[in-house]
Amino acid sequence: MAKTQARKKVAHTKESKVMDITIPRNDGIPFDAQLIGNLNINRSAVERRAATIATRRSVKKEWQAAWLLKAISFIDLTTLSGDDTPGNVTRLCAKALSPIRPDILNALGMGKEKITTGAVCVYHNLIGHAKSSLGKSKMPIAAVSTGFPAGQIPLKEKLKQIELSVKAGAEEIDIVISRALVLNSDWKALYKEVKACREACGEAHMKTILATGEIPTYTKVAKASWVSMMAGSDFIKTSTGKEPVNATLPVSLVMIRTIREYHELTGYKVGFKPAGGIRTAKQALAWMILIKEELGNAWLDNHLFRFGASSLLGDIERQLEHHVTGRYSASFRHPMG
Amino acid sequence: MKIKNIYESMEYGPAPENANEAIQYIASKGKKFGLFIDGKWQLPSSKKYFDSINPSTKGKLAVIADANKKDVDLAVKAAKAALPKWSKLSGHTRARYLYALARQIQKHSRLFAVLESIDNGKPIRETRDIDIPLVARHFYHHAGWAQLMETELNAFKEIGVIGQIIPWNFPLLMLSWKIAPAIAMGNTVVLKPAEFTSLTALLFADICQQIGLPDGVVNIITGDGKAGAAIVDHKDVQKIAFTGSTEVGKIIKRSTAGSGKKLSLELGGKSPFIVFEDADLDSVVEGVVNAIWFNQGQVCCAGSRLLVQESVSKKLYKKIRRRMETLRIGNALDKSIDMGAIVAPVQLKVIDELVKEGVKEGAKLWQPSWACPSDGYFYPPTMFTDISPSSTIAQVEIFGPVLVAMTFRSHKEAVALANNTKYGLAASIWTENINLALDIAPKIKAGTCWINCTNVFDASAGFGGYRESGYGREGGLEGLHEYIKPKVESGLADAPFAYKKEKKKGNKKIENSLPPMDHTLKMYIGGKQVRPDGGYTTKVVDAAGAYLGEVSQGNRKDIRNAVEAARKNTKWGGMTGHKRAQVLYYLAENLALRADEFASKISNMTGCSMDLANEEVALSMDRIYTYAALADKYDGRVHSTIHRNVTIAMPEMIGVLGIACPDEFPLLGFISTIIPAITMGNNIVVIPSEKYPLAATAFYQLLETSDVPAGAVNIVTGNKDELSQVLAKHYDVDGLWYFGSKEGSKQVELLGAENMKRTWVNYGKYRNWADRAVGEGQMFLRHASQIKNIWIPYGA
Repeated sequence: MAKTQARKKVAHTKESKVMDITIPRNDGIPFDAQLIGNLNINRSAVERRAATIATRRSVKKEWQAAWLLKAISFIDLTTLSGDDTPGNVTRLCAKALSPIRPDILNALGMGKEKITTGAVCVYHNLIGHAKSSLGKSKMPIAAVSTGFPAGQIPLKEKLKQIELSVKAGAEEIDIVISRALVLNSDWKALYKEVKACREACGEAHMKTILATGEIPTYTKVAKASWVSMMAGSDFIKTSTGKEPVNATLPVSLVMIRTIREYHELTGYKVGFKPAGGIRTAKQALAWMILIKEELGNAWLDNHLFRFGASSLLGDIERQLEHHVTGRYSASFRHPMG
Repeated sequence: MKIKNIYESMEYGPAPENANEAIQYIASKGKKFGLFIDGKWQLPSSKKYFDSINPSTKGKLAVIADANKKDVDLAVKAAKAALPKWSKLSGHTRARYLYALARQIQKHSRLFAVLESIDNGKPIRETRDIDIPLVARHFYHHAGWAQLMETELNAFKEIGVIGQIIPWNFPLLMLSWKIAPAIAMGNTVVLKPAEFTSLTALLFADICQQIGLPDGVVNIITGDGKAGAAIVDHKDVQKIAFTGSTEVGKIIKRSTAGSGKKLSLELGGKSPFIVFEDADLDSVVEGVVNAIWFNQGQVCCAGSRLLVQESVSKKLYKKIRRRMETLRIGNALDKSIDMGAIVAPVQLKVIDELVKEGVKEGAKLWQPSWACPSDGYFYPPTMFTDISPSSTIAQVEIFGPVLVAMTFRSHKEAVALANNTKYGLAASIWTENINLALDIAPKIKAGTCWINCTNVFDASAGFGGYRESGYGREGGLEGLHEYIKPKVESGLADAPFAYKKEKKKGNKKIENSLPPMDHTLKMYIGGKQVRPDGGYTTKVVDAAGAYLGEVSQGNRKDIRNAVEAARKNTKWGGMTGHKRAQVLYYLAENLALRADEFASKISNMTGCSMDLANEEVALSMDRIYTYAALADKYDGRVHSTIHRNVTIAMPEMIGVLGIACPDEFPLLGFISTIIPAITMGNNIVVIPSEKYPLAATAFYQLLETSDVPAGAVNIVTGNKDELSQVLAKHYDVDGLWYFGSKEGSKQVELLGAENMKRTWVNYGKYRNWADRAVGEGQMFLRHASQIKNIWIPYGA
């Protein structure tokens, strides 16, 4: 096997070195209808590109192990259920801080690295328990807000929820948008709503959930992405995990292309979070390849990329153990979250 | 590599596809391949072999037999011997064989994919995900046609022994495009793969053996152009199917001229990739990647000419450059690359020289910052901007990963630039406006138009060119017609229909004190009666040799004027089928009014009885009705392809079509040839029967009174073979039908090769125009049109 490539210059090395420097927040820009007026997304072409993302690139062996470890750092380890209690949230937090068995990490030569998930993500009521469970760690707590998942409450209530969650210690707020505004193309109103939320967030970072499974066209997904970014979202996020269709590669492609354009226009780097339905290591790799190809290595950083997932970690653990031992793993061999 | 380092850099690593099975397969053959003739592996009579090289590593894979004329003889003999039995098998039996081939290809798909990649240098992703699945699909689809032949195509039969010569860019895929329809329709084949890429064809031969395909049905001959020429020249080969360069296509057309061999030629291209300002530009970028960096740009239908609306050109160029930077190039077996190796050093040199030429001519070159690996034959993705249509690289097919980009201002200019080429294989049109897309697609001279997609193929849709990109289609029902012929055509006569001459009572001159009125028969060009350029006329006599009148002696300038007039008329082709039918009915109506006059002309010229002449006039009216009836019924199909899109197969006119009419049946022969041609919307230049021109010259008066737009039908009288040759040589004539002598047929094919004219000649075989079975019908319309496939993906 010959060397794949002797590159004179690797496209994004420079940017990835500044990875640890705080990325300036997106302060948003004034609403500009022209930016979305002529947007046209071709569904078939987007699907074709998305379908070949994971067939044009493949990460194997050490590369796969390294990429999967990186994937862990992207996870917003999530529980969003009616039956969440302090007990299971405590477990979740412990798992977020120690997502991989130490013997596996050691075998991968990563024993000394501090590998954690990107954040934990819970409902408002569990923020306090999460905070005490996480203790002194810097692990951020993300709280879903604004009448999650449907968002069918008055704006005033939404803003109040955000304020309460921030007060309770959430450093990241995942808001849902009013889908009706998207369906009826009321972009100005959507801008106002998201901007108000952003103001309510204060220092907390805001992830704006579009609920793409309820948006009928990719063109509208692109427009909603633009409006959310113009209004100052730190992240745009695909789904709540509760819609009939969650994160898909094509819809992600549509959204991250708008992130790229927005960055070119304003210089702001907006993050991206696919959520819902991402359960396997293989899927995670496909999304990471998509990010690397379309946005570059600068976005392979948990300040700019997250997975909203609950069961993904389990599959990654199994794959990593397989990498280390050469034996296929079993889920009971890995501590529960 | 330490995991920690990768964790930090997040780079890709090598992801090699395992090649063991393929290497073992080659080893099992002793790294030496023979010829597959008559179901057996045979040694080449030359005892010579040539090397097969892996372009990714420059390493030798195997040696391949170098076939010579003797081997070709043996292969053709085997194919000929196998033909009677194979063609007589039931469609179902042949379907079973094709089905077995499809299954075997699927079962060995990875072996085929790896073998193809190491032999050709194309990425394993492409062979694994595109080439090989399409190969299997082609055999499945044509297994179906074999099954259906007896019911759906029962007016047709096989052609015979088919010689097939395929290129190196899609080795197994091109094999399947050639072999599947051929054997499905009961033909037997001798196929020669390209010398750079023979391996998968040889593995295919093994599979033919394995499924017990009858000996001699498929013969695979390896070798260079000499073996190819031996196939082309072989007297027992009834048809040549060739995919390759336009240059070789012309050689084949010339060397088979007059032989009666059927030809289908899939040649070069310089296909436009048109981007309108409302297109989804990010998707356009991926379209460009698939258009010109797919298979390293070594694709005959590669979208190599990027035409961008000026308003978005800067933005798009920037996006493309960004994307080029992230393309990865490397060993064909690496699963993390976009581009593999160029097939051979000779091709690499061609690309390099043309790029240098482009730079020299002042075009702006852009290549990504990274360097290609040096262990194989690699060339980086390349884009030229600031290109003018006059620069070499904007005209010449580069057959490499080189895109040339230019801008346009308006839709009209986009079409003009797109058509500003001698080729016409494919086009890709990007806009979110369906009105615009469907307006542009029919205006582009190309066999395939992809809307918002590119390089999409399927067995059920025809693929093939306009202009010098060749002719014939591969795939779909339209492709089958390349491998069948109407049963009735086997019965064509060796001599023209002879009139029973009646003993005339003589053209009884009316005893009258007045002399006969002088009758001037002019030519008809651009809707006007015109005198011949040369100023000469020819005497026309009756069957008994008595003076009937004079017709103009047309010369090359008259032909030139007629072609110009035909080209100028854009009205006729733009009319709906219904409207053209109205004009045709009107023609028949006007003919009816003057039926007696035409009958007596026929009788006078040929000496036949008035009864016979009346019958000919009646048949002529009948024939016009047939085509008027078909004008709004000979329509296209919507192909059922494997992708989510509407694929419209639309018959389009050829363009400017020359017609040299038969001598037999002065009126009916004229009608039977010109009417189907204009039914499809062609503008025609007609050379009426030299012997009996008066029916045609009288006919222009009907044209004048029947709302046929000026220039749609032009009539030039004179020496048939001389004028036909002027038409054959004319670059602005797209097609030429010739009904005359064997030698005249040959000349038309020979001279028409230069611009790949769609020629249809009779090789000195004669139709009985009074017989509906051979004198009219859809086969005439098929020759008067070409199928364009328009692919329209959809999705909200």
